[in-house]
Amino acid sequence: MSRRDFLLRKFLLSLVTIFVVIVINFMLFRVLPGDPVRSVIGRNVRISAETQQALREQFGLDKPIFPDQFIDTIGQWAQGNLGISWSLRRPVSEVLMSKLGNTVLLIGLGQVLAIFLGVTLGLLAGWKRKTAIDVGALTFSLVAWAIPTFWLGIIFLAAGSAWFGLPTAGIMSPENTGKPLMTILPDLARHLFLPTLTLTILYLGEYMLIMRSSILEVLSEDYILTAKAKGMSDWQVLWRHALRNAMLPIVTLIALNLGFTVSGAIYIETVFSYDGLGKLFQTALVKQDYPLLQGAFLLLAVSVIIANMAADILYAVLDPRVKES
Amino acid sequence: MTVQPLLSVRHLTTEFQLAGKQIARALEDVSFDVMPGKTIGLVGESGCGKTTTLMSIMRLLPASGRITSGNVYFNGIDLLTLSEHEMRAHRWKEMSIIFQGAMNALNPVMKIGDQIREAILLHNLMPRNAAEQRVGELLELVGIPRLRRDLYPHQYSGGMRQRAMIAMALACSPDLLFADEPTTALDVMIQAQVLELLKEIQKKLGLAIVLVTHDLGVVAEMCDDVVVMYGGKVAEYGSAELVYNQPQHPYTQRLLEAFPDLSRSIDSSTDLATIPGTPPRLNALPPGCRFSPRCHKSMEICTQIAPDLIAQNTAGNAQHLAACHLLNKLEIKNS
Ligand SMILES: Nc1ncnc2c1ncn2[C@@H]1O[C@H](COP(=O)(O)OP(=O)(O)OP(=O)(O)O)[C@@H](O)[C@H]1O
Ligand code: SF4
Ligand SMILES: [Mg+2]
Repeated sequence: MSRRDFLLRKFLLSLVTIFVVIVINFMLFRVLPGDPVRSVIGRNVRISAETQQALREQFGLDKPIFPDQFIDTIGQWAQGNLGISWSLRRPVSEVLMSKLGNTVLLIGLGQVLAIFLGVTLGLLAGWKRKTAIDVGALTFSLVAWAIPTFWLGIIFLAAGSAWFGLPTAGIMSPENTGKPLMTILPDLARHLFLPTLTLTILYLGEYMLIMRSSILEVLSEDYILTAKAKGMSDWQVLWRHALRNAMLPIVTLIALNLGFTVSGAIYIETVFSYDGLGKLFQTALVKQDYPLLQGAFLLLAVSVIIANMAADILYAVLDPRVKES
Repeated sequence: MTVQPLLSVRHLTTEFQLAGKQIARALEDVSFDVMPGKTIGLVGESGCGKTTTLMSIMRLLPASGRITSGNVYFNGIDLLTLSEHEMRAHRWKEMSIIFQGAMNALNPVMKIGDQIREAILLHNLMPRNAAEQRVGELLELVGIPRLRRDLYPHQYSGGMRQRAMIAMALACSPDLLFADEPTTALDVMIQAQVLELLKEIQKKLGLAIVLVTHDLGVVAEMCDDVVVMYGGKVAEYGSAELVYNQPQHPYTQRLLEAFPDLSRSIDSSTDLATIPGTPPRLNALPPGCRFSPRCHKSMEICTQIAPDLIAQNTAGNAQHLAACHLLNKLEIKNS
């Protein structure tokens, strides 16, 4: 099987998976208890039964779930119409898009820092195996990896605000909303500092541990000895021969982790009252805002699937041995 | 004028640190010479220290290994006195190595041609485009079409990979090539081809080869000299002809008996493992002669005093040494 076939197959497989997710997503919210119409009108019991029926007809809820509602819904989703949020009374897709940037900023920053620090630390630890660097980095990473997000978040929140006067909530001070980006950068940075630090520490451990074991394995390979025998310095061996091979598992991990960006944001954004997708979902859950939750689920699932596909493709690009799964 | 040896190993002693402060002396007092352009065979059972000898010479021992005494003269320079930085300049440029079981000796994510070129560029031997040209020539020298430089190791067969390794080992035109059981991982037909290739290349390029092998047939066919090792020491050493026709050490004699018909050429798969008993464990070496527990001629002195390596009577200037009490009549009388 050629590489192109391999990639094409991965792509098709992803499409099929997305379709399955869509079906499940659709089914899930039909079997959940609760009447959408009642939810929309809320506690306003004075709306007459006729009006309620009219609303049902207007939203197509009087038709059979399958196939009518299903086909109708898929058609709407395909056009990017994910329905109206019950709690916010705005289109779900619009709400999602408005929060996406904030989340990507926070998680992206945390991930980039964690990847950079974790990989470097893992590399050093593996290379200087059994030294103080190794033991220190290993202990730190294991502890960091085991700490629950909300716990570390709360500790930092308390310490950061009490001792360093850092802001405890939001993405910027209220008075700065709407001002040009350049002028509010310092304020933005102050708000981002604590959640980013928390995320970096939480993610770093995993990268460090994987990188360490990966580099240890690679350094014991025969081709590393060949590289040394060629007359290379330790650094050259590490840089030209060990690193690329050792990065293979990391690349996969990165791609997979990026897929969990949105779901990973739920805890951290809730703890830091950060205005992103994670907090939005938490609110949607509390308020039983089904259309919003449905949109959120769709976004979560699709990002995980795309990340998986990206991991496969990246691996295939980096490792010439990949031919078939 | 006498020819100076290219490589002269003197009293080389190497130890490994084992778990729990234990020390294994893998090599003890190993000495031999490699003459320019000649092939020397290193034979002995598994674990007798052949690979450790090569790794000590190239100073590529793992972190647990340490050379505790001895000298390794290469063109008159003692490699053991060089800094790591100076040593790097010698590796590959003057001596290269094909590792034992070298099937994984090539980087799986790098094109074969790039790996060969890297060796040339590393030692600043020529500009990039000339190096690329040389990669093609090297591949053709070992019988690989130059277009295959862009393939990755997994796209090569085992035999091709070993050829590519040989091409890479020749990249910097070294004076000395270490080949540590270069054919063990290959099937019999390919083994013969690879050895044939090594012979051809030596004829063409005139480099010296240290060939580690289990196969005495290969030694008989290819080597000028032989070092027979046992338990980290040299048991017998001399010109291949003398060692074969007049083996002096009981161990060598048993090896040759275990390998009866040398005319059976290199495709024979007879192994050395046919001598009863097993080689000594390095952390539990027998006192006296290391071969004594297995030696059919063992005497009392053998279990007490280690025999020295002494010169045997040879005609002309061919040399022949062996370490066995039987060969030192004087010592036996005195004891
Ligand atoms: N890294 C190491 N740590 C501890 N002991 C080692 C190490 N490498 C080799 N040894 C020991 O040194 C001795 C010599 O090993 P070496 O690999 O040189 O043998 P060899 O003659 O090449 O054997 P083979 O034919 O199996 O390749 C063996 O007893 C082995 O157990
Ligand atoms: S010294 Fe003794 S034990 Fe050793 S090989 Fe000679 S006869 Fe055998
Ligand atoms: Mg060996």
